[in-house]
Amino acid sequence: MKYPIFAAGALFATMAAAETPVLTVYAPDYFASEWGPGPKMEEMFEAKCGCDLQFRTGDLLPRLLLEGDKTEADVVIGLNTDVTKKARDSGLFAPHGQDNASLTLPVSWTDEVFLPFNYAHTAFIYDTTRVANPPASFDDLLNAPDDLKIVIQDPRSSISGQALMLWVKAVYGDKSGEAWAKLAPKILTVTKGWSEAYGLFTDGEADMVLSYTTSPAYHIIAEGDETKKAAIFPEGHYFFVELAGKIAGTDQPELADQFMAFVVSEEFQEFIPTGNWSLPAKLAADKLPEGFAKLDMPEKVLFFDEDQAAALRDAAVEEWRAALSQ
Amino acid sequence: MARRAQPISAGVWVGVAAAALILMLTLGTLGAVFTRAGTLSTLGPADWAAIRFTLLQATLSAALSVALAIPVARALARRQFVGRGLLITLLGAPFILPVIVAILGLLAVFGRRGLLNIALSWAGIEPVSIYGLQGVLLAHVFFNLPLATRLILQGWLSIPSERFRLAASLGFRAADINRALELPMLRRVLPGAFVVIFVICMTSFAVALTLGGGPRSTTVELAIYQAFRFDFNLGHAALLSVIQFGLSALAAVLAAWIAVPAFGDAGLDRPLLRWDARRLRLRLLDGAWIVAVALFLLLPLAMVVGQGALALFSLPEAVFWAAGRSVLTAIGSALLMLALAFPLAYAATRAGRGFEVIGTLSIAASPLVIGTGLFILLRPVTNPVALALPVTALVNAVMSLPFAMRALVPALREVEATYGQLADSLALHGMARLRLLLLPRMRRPIGFAAGLAAALSMGDLGVIALFADPARATLPLQLYRLMGSYRLDQAAGAALLLLGLSLALFWLFDRGGRVNADA
Repeated sequence: MKYPIFAAGALFATMAAAETPVLTVYAPDYFASEWGPGPKMEEMFEAKCGCDLQFRTGDLLPRLLLEGDKTEADVVIGLNTDVTKKARDSGLFAPHGQDNASLTLPVSWTDEVFLPFNYAHTAFIYDTTRVANPPASFDDLLNAPDDLKIVIQDPRSSISGQALMLWVKAVYGDKSGEAWAKLAPKILTVTKGWSEAYGLFTDGEADMVLSYTTSPAYHIIAEGDETKKAAIFPEGHYFFVELAGKIAGTDQPELADQFMAFVVSEEFQEFIPTGNWSLPAKLAADKLPEGFAKLDMPEKVLFFDEDQAAALRDAAVEEWRAALSQ
Repeated sequence: MARRAQPISAGVWVGVAAAALILMLTLGTLGAVFTRAGTLSTLGPADWAAIRFTLLQATLSAALSVALAIPVARALARRQFVGRGLLITLLGAPFILPVIVAILGLLAVFGRRGLLNIALSWAGIEPVSIYGLQGVLLAHVFFNLPLATRLILQGWLSIPSERFRLAASLGFRAADINRALELPMLRRVLPGAFVVIFVICMTSFAVALTLGGGPRSTTVELAIYQAFRFDFNLGHAALLSVIQFGLSALAAVLAAWIAVPAFGDAGLDRPLLRWDARRLRLRLLDGAWIVAVALFLLLPLAMVVGQGALALFSLPEAVFWAAGRSVLTAIGSALLMLALAFPLAYAATRAGRGFEVIGTLSIAASPLVIGTGLFILLRPVTNPVALALPVTALVNAVMSLPFAMRALVPALREVEATYGQLADSLALHGMARLRLLLLPRMRRPIGFAAGLAAALSMGDLGVIALFADPARATLPLQLYRLMGSYRLDQAAGAALLLLGLSLALFWLFDRGGRVNADA
């Protein structure tokens, strides 16, 4: 008797599995980790879609490009503007189908393919107990005494490092090389990625670290620590956005569309501030959690679209390398 | 005669199979990346700067590590003291540490607010900066001094204690022993140790980046990362990888040319007693070296322990699951490594040094290229993500092979040279020879190699970053995830857990190889 029951159970299980469609989401590793927004997102979306959302993590774009049109991905979340051009040129993506006009971004967004779900601005974070008089502008930072030590990320291996490079380009244009030369003596070191740099800062090795305007929110809300602040520069701050995209060849087009709508839904957007420590791409300012009101925000936002950035990138990396190799 | 030849060739054939697998994983993956890329690219000025810096820092790092390791290994070889075994195990710790953990420990000692600069400011001396070439060298010596010391110490321990008895009965002083016994041994061991460390430093990239102070300190491995990750220029990544292979191969050829072949040193494994080193001056000298190196290597580790101790008890459950997966992967990796290394070492002693070279190839390989190549190769056949952990174990096994070969091949050669004829005359072949002669005589290097493989696998982020499945993270990956989500305190706790587990694994294997042995 045992076997028929077991067999029947197995049969029902497979039938149930067959009825539950799977939505495969490619995401950066941090996103789907226990401490990223992924698990909660999965829970929220599965509650309404009647589907099984499965994350696949790793190097997002390299993996997509390696897989080409044989990719298993239905949707992708966590792309940045510095890879969207390559992603777009691959022809793998379909229009997102959401209303760009309703977004609450500080820049006007017209991209029909890549949909923003949160943003922040690049900023130098300091500790008020260690830096009494933070630089009040980018010029101030360039002219600060050389014993003010900052740590930045490498634009060749880190997206935030790349954003800093474009930030300098947006502020100083043709004079970026000189700006880097002025900044060079204050750069304690250049790290491979954001985590190493931020670790150096919290360990007290560096006085300031290149991060995001929203970084202090983690310390305020999760740790009750208000000593970490972003230095706000009147020259403007570079806009850093994370995006989602729908794969054109998906075998779950309805679910993928539902997912794109969910990404900018109020439910998910309300979770972004404390779920991903960023600013939601589509949420009224009064719906932000309390701690976010304490954040210092820039008045001016700088941004290069992907074509401008692509045109600048190689020369800017070389300019950066040359100035810092002196 | 036919009966005698057969088991030998069977062993060699297993070696050939192992060699084929390694060639597939190193050159095969590179080939896959090349094929996928389709085109070749040229080298720009930034690439040349990276090549120059890579060669410079690798040469200096290897030279410094080996030069410092000689007095340390000599001190450890001729001194017996309480806790010597534990100290040797602990001194090996930096080599098996995940880079990021080690960097945080080093900075706690040598950083801007580290112990050294605090001490200097008390003494009224200008602070020193770790960032720059000096930082890269410091970190590389920190990582590789233990390996150099172990390799050289093995050389010392390979001199039979009967030689020292004979020397003592001839009234040799330390200088005579040095000339007659130690220098010939060093000539044999040093080139290999230098090359191993040179090549390890060639492929290092996280270290150079964090402590290098800026783009001056760009290595070829970073250029590969950039080509792969940001430019998605597979051709360029593959080209740079070929250059990395070429430079490493050149270093290896030079070393083989310098090194003289070993002679059999037969002995009866009596305990080692060093009559020549009993003078007070030599005792103080050895003591000073041991204390200095222990401080240099253990202080940063102590800082890692100090920073992580509090958070260790508040770690999320997921970290412990990841630790379990990492331990299993590490043990699997150590066993796989032995399954590959033993036949290869056997084939190397029977059928030529080509097998030794193949076993050493992976040291020059870029993990990124291996990962990408495997992804390209596996995808048409199966889902690489489902294989994340087995693939990680296999790649880690292959990555630790060069170190295993360094330990196993000379040992095997020596056993065969010394006892081979006796075994042949007793018709001891095949499994019986393995069980009765090779395994017991080679227990020490086998334990060492397996421990190293397990610990290296434990700390390696490696290929899993490309294949990762969110539900199957390893401990290093969880560590990075904690760091990436602002949880730096918990990351420090995870780092301590990683340090403890890596050391424990190494100790277990290494100890297993040294049961009943004096050293």
